Amino acid sequence: MPPEILNAVLIVGLLGLLLGVALSVAAKVFYIETDPRIEQVEALLPGANCGGCGLPGCSAYAEAVVTGKMPPNLCVVDRSCGEKIAALLGMSVEEKEREVAVVRCRGDMSLDNKKYKYLGDISCAEAIILAEGPNPCRYGCMAMGSCVKACKFDAIHLREKQPPLVDRDKCVGCGACVSACPKNLISLLPESKRVMVLCCNHDKGKSAKDQCKIACIACAKCAKSCPVQAIEMVANLPVIDYDKCIECGMCAAVCPQNTILFIGENPAIAQLEKEKAEKAAAAKAKENTDSNQGQES
Amino acid sequence: MTKLILILIGAVFVNNFVLSRFLGICPFVGVSKKVESAIGMGMAVTFVMLLAATASWMIYQYILVAYGLQYLSTIVFILVIAALVQFVEMVIQKSAPALYKSLGVYLPLITTNCAVLGIAILNIDLQYTLLQSMFHAVGGALGFTLALVIMAGIRERLEGASVPASLKGFPIAFIVAGLLAIAFMGFAGMM
Repeated sequence: MPPEILNAVLIVGLLGLLLGVALSVAAKVFYIETDPRIEQVEALLPGANCGGCGLPGCSAYAEAVVTGKMPPNLCVVDRSCGEKIAALLGMSVEEKEREVAVVRCRGDMSLDNKKYKYLGDISCAEAIILAEGPNPCRYGCMAMGSCVKACKFDAIHLREKQPPLVDRDKCVGCGACVSACPKNLISLLPESKRVMVLCCNHDKGKSAKDQCKIACIACAKCAKSCPVQAIEMVANLPVIDYDKCIECGMCAAVCPQNTILFIGENPAIAQLEKEKAEKAAAAKAKENTDSNQGQES
Repeated sequence: MTKLILILIGAVFVNNFVLSRFLGICPFVGVSKKVESAIGMGMAVTFVMLLAATASWMIYQYILVAYGLQYLSTIVFILVIAALVQFVEMVIQKSAPALYKSLGVYLPLITTNCAVLGIAILNIDLQYTLLQSMFHAVGGALGFTLALVIMAGIRERLEGASVPASLKGFPIAFIVAGLLAIAFMGFAGMM
């Protein structure tokens, strides 16, 4: 090997070695003691760095918990870790119910009534810039999957001609999709809540129906039928007060547009049908007695 | 002695590193939101630049020239500067945690700051002696700090100004930076 190259390699290599050794010595000299509990807490956390607790990552949250700035039960990914952390740090925790994301739009996209043909980048945030998106309903889902991309847990999926569906078992309620949706269609609801309004169209009945076959037409039947007055009409949409709601399912059963969703078997439908049958039977019985009377007279 | 003072003042105003040589633009835009952190960044850069200029001058004169390896200067300077910045980061983290937190990501960025590499290369190009190099480094760093503090002062006031919505944030910062550079052109040719 020519000496120039050898020299160059040796000198740069030696320099690097010297600097490396000097730095490793400095790292020992200037070592900073951190609270060992921060690392322990971080090891208990799932390491998803989803931001569901409100901090950018698990290590930031671990530090906040150890320094007492935040309670230990805010992790949405692994609910059991709150107890473990509390046990480690000698704190007490309150149970927090799991929340699940809900896409509040049932938008029927089978109709060919788009305002224009969108050819841009498949991203809700970009599509919304152009006349509030190609959908006839300016409040509704555009189904371009910004929420799907935002989800780190594979819990929300696109469907054919329908808004994306949340996998209620996989969803941890971190809220990443909530902030990803430019139309603010997604919200977090406690898992146990079974009644939800799946439309965000604030327009009046007729124009809402023109935009989407299954939009809320603000008929207020749900509010009137609610036995505990838990529904209030706000800006042409029903708003459910979950503190009052008894989950009777009446609102979902009477909704002519099928806008209110009741998860599971709806007791009110059976009740309504029974009432209907009773009424019909009563009417028939009355008719019979009427005709009998007519015959007698 | 006059030459040293001329080098110092020239580096601060006439050949200001940020506003006339356009070196070190990243921290100039990134850390110029608050005067306080601008001063902190300026101090860190001053410290690193003085060390880098001294170390790189010595390594160049006593190692590279001696072995005829001047063509390796850039790569060796990068090596030396990167190690120095790591070192400074450790020292600051130990001695001033508050400053370390406020500098955040920008401290590691000094590693790739072209102002620091610039001072090392300029000193060789201008054939300065060791003492002259050190004065040049301090002057350059003070000029950098000056530009940063002026910028931060203006941007603090901009927070309260009614800037058109589309120019809010970085766009207006770039316009301000351009105007500042034009202002500093007034010093050009004075030396």
